[in-house]
Amino acid sequence: MSMLGRLSVPPSVKRGEPFAVRVIVQHPMETGFRRDYEGKVIPLHIVDRLVCRYGGRDVFRATLGSGIAANPYLVFYVVATESGPLEVEWEDDKGEVGKVSADVNVG
Amino acid sequence: MLRAFLLLLLAASLPAGASDPPRPSPLRNGSEFQSGDVRSLQADDFANPMALWVERGRRLWSEVRNGRSCAACHGDAVRAMKGVAARYPRFDPSLGRVVDLDQRIDACEQAMTGTAFASESDDLLGLSAYIALQSRGMPLKVSIDGPARKTWEAGRDLYYTRIGQLNLACTSCHDASWGKTLLAETISQGHPTGWPAYRLEWQRPGSLERRLRACFNGVRAEMPAYGSPDLVALELYLAWRAQGLPMESPAVRR
Repeated sequence: MSMLGRLSVPPSVKRGEPFAVRVIVQHPMETGFRRDYEGKVIPLHIVDRLVCRYGGRDVFRATLGSGIAANPYLVFYVVATESGPLEVEWEDDKGEVGKVSADVNVG
Repeated sequence: MLRAFLLLLLAASLPAGASDPPRPSPLRNGSEFQSGDVRSLQADDFANPMALWVERGRRLWSEVRNGRSCAACHGDAVRAMKGVAARYPRFDPSLGRVVDLDQRIDACEQAMTGTAFASESDDLLGLSAYIALQSRGMPLKVSIDGPARKTWEAGRDLYYTRIGQLNLACTSCHDASWGKTLLAETISQGHPTGWPAYRLEWQRPGSLERRLRACFNGVRAEMPAYGSPDLVALELYLAWRAQGLPMESPAVRR
């Protein structure tokens, strides 16, 4: 099973008003600083890029580092312009990608 | 005379309620010993990171593996699995021993698909979290009658046995000292109602067995292997001890 993520937007939003986008991504976010029981370094393994697309453009971009906890949970605000899909896509440092989308209904 | 003696012997060997070990009073569920932040994370069905594993379990439930799926036999989990997790651990006649929910799921997977889940794997924790969710809010109630009795007794004895370099028994903290502070933590009553839970210290979910192993490690005792009779017996005893408390799984713990 690929990387799981969950995305939440309000059921309906008002045009011109900001609404909360909540996204949570399943990822170990291994810092690269930890060692296993044999003393070997556990290599860095993190989601480093996350982007939110809505209304034909990038409305939110994040660069995550090793200080972010496992299974990153992000909340940000987007201004409602039009009804349509809102997509969040992320990529980890091994090139694995994940994507979730939700429909925004501008009432 | 002999009959009277035999009756006496029988009475002594019966599971008398009066001789049951004491339970904490009042019973306090695990989340009551967590900080407000942790409690609100658990209560938020979106932000609770266990939701990711619940989602994984939901997909696995209907995923076809080796030509079979959980849903093909059991149907809709929301109906079929309602209250099931609140009755585990329990004696399983087909396996001939007491098993916890994870072991029951794994036994089913092995019988149906021929492959086993690894302990603490995302898939196993996902399925058990998804099944446990169907019992959320329902009171924990396990059976310790019949063949489960011996396992319960073994669990009780282990609960009261001092172990490890720190020479502590479970009861030393979770009966005698609950509510007091250990470093930055409030000592809980040690109820198993929230598992599998997302433990912030681990940065991932874990089973009750993993949590119990951490306690063995904490008192510097040898950790029992996953699935060992000691852990299962302790799990059954803890479930009996917590009976009546509402299930909280999938919970968040510090």
